[in-house]
Amino acid sequence: MKNSHHLPGLLALATALVSLTGCNPPGKSPAASTGKAGDATSAAARTYVAPGEKDEFYLFYSGGHSGQVFVAGIPSMRHITTIPVFGKYPGTGYGYDEETKKMLGDYTWGDVHHPGLSKTNGLYDGRWLFVNDNANNRIARIDLRDFKTRQILGPIPNSMGNHGSSFVTTNSEYVLVATRFSVPLPKGRYADPADYAKEFNGSVTGIKIDPKSGTMSVGWQILTPPLDWDLGSTGKGPSEGWAFWTSYNTEMAHDQLEANSTQKDRDLAAVVNWRAAEAAVKDGKVTMMDGVPVIDPAKVPGVLYYLPVPKSPHGIDTDPSGRWIAASGKLAPVVSVFDFTKIQAAIEKKDFESDFRGVPVIRHDSVIEGEVPVGLGPLHTQYDGLGNAYTSLFIESVVTKWKMPPWTAEERADLNKVVLDKIPVHYSIGHLVIGGSDTTKPYGKYLVAMNKLSKGRHLSVGPSQPEDSELIDISGKKMETVYETFTEPEPHFAQILKADAIKPIEVYPKAENTDPDAVWSAPETGVVRHGNVVEVKMLAIRSHFTPDKIELNEGDELVIHITNVEQSPDMIHGLGIVEQDVNLVIDPGETKTVRIKMKKPGVFPFYCTNFCSALHQEMQGYLAVKPLVAAK
Amino acid sequence: MKSLFQREYIFLRRSLNVQSRVLLVLAAVAVIGAVFFPLWKIRLVAPQYQEGLRIEIYSHKLVGGNDGQDLVEVNGLNHYIGMKPLVQEDFVEMKWLPFAFGFFALLALRAAAVGRMLSLIDLGVLFLYFTAFSLGNFYFRLYSYGHSLNPHAPVAMKPFTPVLLGSQHIANFVQSSWPQTGALLLGLFPLLVLSAIWSSRREEA
Repeated sequence: MKNSHHLPGLLALATALVSLTGCNPPGKSPAASTGKAGDATSAAARTYVAPGEKDEFYLFYSGGHSGQVFVAGIPSMRHITTIPVFGKYPGTGYGYDEETKKMLGDYTWGDVHHPGLSKTNGLYDGRWLFVNDNANNRIARIDLRDFKTRQILGPIPNSMGNHGSSFVTTNSEYVLVATRFSVPLPKGRYADPADYAKEFNGSVTGIKIDPKSGTMSVGWQILTPPLDWDLGSTGKGPSEGWAFWTSYNTEMAHDQLEANSTQKDRDLAAVVNWRAAEAAVKDGKVTMMDGVPVIDPAKVPGVLYYLPVPKSPHGIDTDPSGRWIAASGKLAPVVSVFDFTKIQAAIEKKDFESDFRGVPVIRHDSVIEGEVPVGLGPLHTQYDGLGNAYTSLFIESVVTKWKMPPWTAEERADLNKVVLDKIPVHYSIGHLVIGGSDTTKPYGKYLVAMNKLSKGRHLSVGPSQPEDSELIDISGKKMETVYETFTEPEPHFAQILKADAIKPIEVYPKAENTDPDAVWSAPETGVVRHGNVVEVKMLAIRSHFTPDKIELNEGDELVIHITNVEQSPDMIHGLGIVEQDVNLVIDPGETKTVRIKMKKPGVFPFYCTNFCSALHQEMQGYLAVKPLVAAK
Repeated sequence: MKSLFQREYIFLRRSLNVQSRVLLVLAAVAVIGAVFFPLWKIRLVAPQYQEGLRIEIYSHKLVGGNDGQDLVEVNGLNHYIGMKPLVQEDFVEMKWLPFAFGFFALLALRAAAVGRMLSLIDLGVLFLYFTAFSLGNFYFRLYSYGHSLNPHAPVAMKPFTPVLLGSQHIANFVQSSWPQTGALLLGLFPLLVLSAIWSSRREEA
């Protein structure tokens, strides 16, 4: 150090241990040529993203019961970051400051299943990512400007088991939710599960999205019989204004569902006209339940129809044109393709085969286009926008590629002919995703298979096994698996977004910080005592906290507002307080607040937890807490 | 010897032709223009700062790149070695430099109006003096910042002078310092004055 002669040498030292994003200019790395050394058409070369280069797509995986969202890049499949949503995440200090603690409430986990990107005119607009919580009936919004969870709504009233979401409408008017479970409503009411069919109900909820801020609120609900609503999708084009969900348990069994809910050959899908639901609310054709306007579909015709689909269906996916709807029954080896224009005609002609609790059941044979024999255990279907569909087969562990209608007479006579290709996956695939499949213009190119079982595919890590994801190139006639990776539990569905569709900020601009307790220079910082409450305005900058000593008395409540005054990307500071279970992580330009009850006397060091600079280790201070007696 | 003084006397009394007068007006425009452009730029590049940290020096202000953030960043880094923060208010010359530019513009216009060779010689000499003084002052500034380091700073450092003109590679940083548009406009001023002298060198007294 003493030998340094020049300022820049020192600057280098001060930052040497900090890694900044974008520190390698893309495309200039010597490693890039290594990747091209092999056969350029090999899977290795096509998925190799050289050091310093960037992926072409974002992949937003749901994190399942980890409660988080994982972000990876395609084609490298590298995990880039984790966005904490429903669970604490000390890595980014999520769930430790007052704002995120309040957002999480009393829950420590969630079960994220189906991420949904916001849309404008049927295309991803790169603003928000919505994710559901199957466990605690919540829905969260991640802002893609900063990749942070900005709102958690719920538990949603009159809604139990938020599995059937987050399905975003064409212009992000709503995120639609359907219930996997039914309970006596409103929630909190007791009824004997033996009275399931009579006392229990499910619902479909329209979560309203504020078009400017993205703020979610519960718009309205449709009360349904106690079917277990499963997966869904929203309409577009001719089916714009509609949404679809499959269900299992048309039997309305309340016990031993494995057998009791699988007796019928067909279950009912819900065909929901959400615009009609919206209109019914406007016209006051609702009753209020737990603060939500609730529609009884038997009393408001046109809001809900049923559609019979093969046994215990799972996915029901609208194609990019909005005309074709593919539903698959887990226990039937076919994908049923419905024609929405025929559904509309049937509704118009009242071509119904029956009535279920006052709601018409559309005649199946009038609206079915065909049943494609894709294989065993079909779950979900995605589209490439080029007239092909791809269905995941759980039981068979394959992805089947098939040709969408319109079909020739010859094909129609034998729909085996529209099955184009099959590729094995490892193993037991759940969802699959093609970028933009739920928009009017899919990206095609890649498909990610999310497999439930990875056994034997990776270095053994003991009995707790990761999940398996495979990247499949779908640009050719034949599908080709080009990469395999493993994730923590447990991706269900995912969304793919073109990298250039968003431009996230990398620091919070000082000018946008509206926190009244933000401080930007040492003279603004300070410690103020009001009775038993000690309020500290603190700043963090390389490599110190100001103030770095706080005098307290046992029993005081300490409130720290800390501002990271840096405006340089990746200059993140942490505030870990030992033996106080506090770890704030403050991004550049961000202000966070934490409240701590000083329960015991002593001296508690605090320090920067997020490595920031050469003197990061020196970035520390003390909470000095006098015992109660001494304070008197 | 006598004839030399005589020739000098005659030369200084020569009148300026139209071309010279136009050149002088252009010189006035150039020196006024220099107020609106950066005079100098200091740039620091390191692995962690691929895009580089930029500080642009105007006659009347100090501007950090990246919407001012680069200056904050440089000051943040400099605190480790106890260097005084670079603050515009500390540069008293930024208060009089634009005034001086205006002064030279007025002198150039005056020379164009008066139309005497003598005015041009005055103008050229004064401007060269001004330039030499300003560069010397700039160097002195760099020297002072690098030589008045707070001894209580986290990192003890041998005093140094950041490079004024050119580029140097030190450790993983490249520090470079080069004149910018404003300085080039200032450089144009004496050239235009010289051209004006040249153009009227054979005019009648």
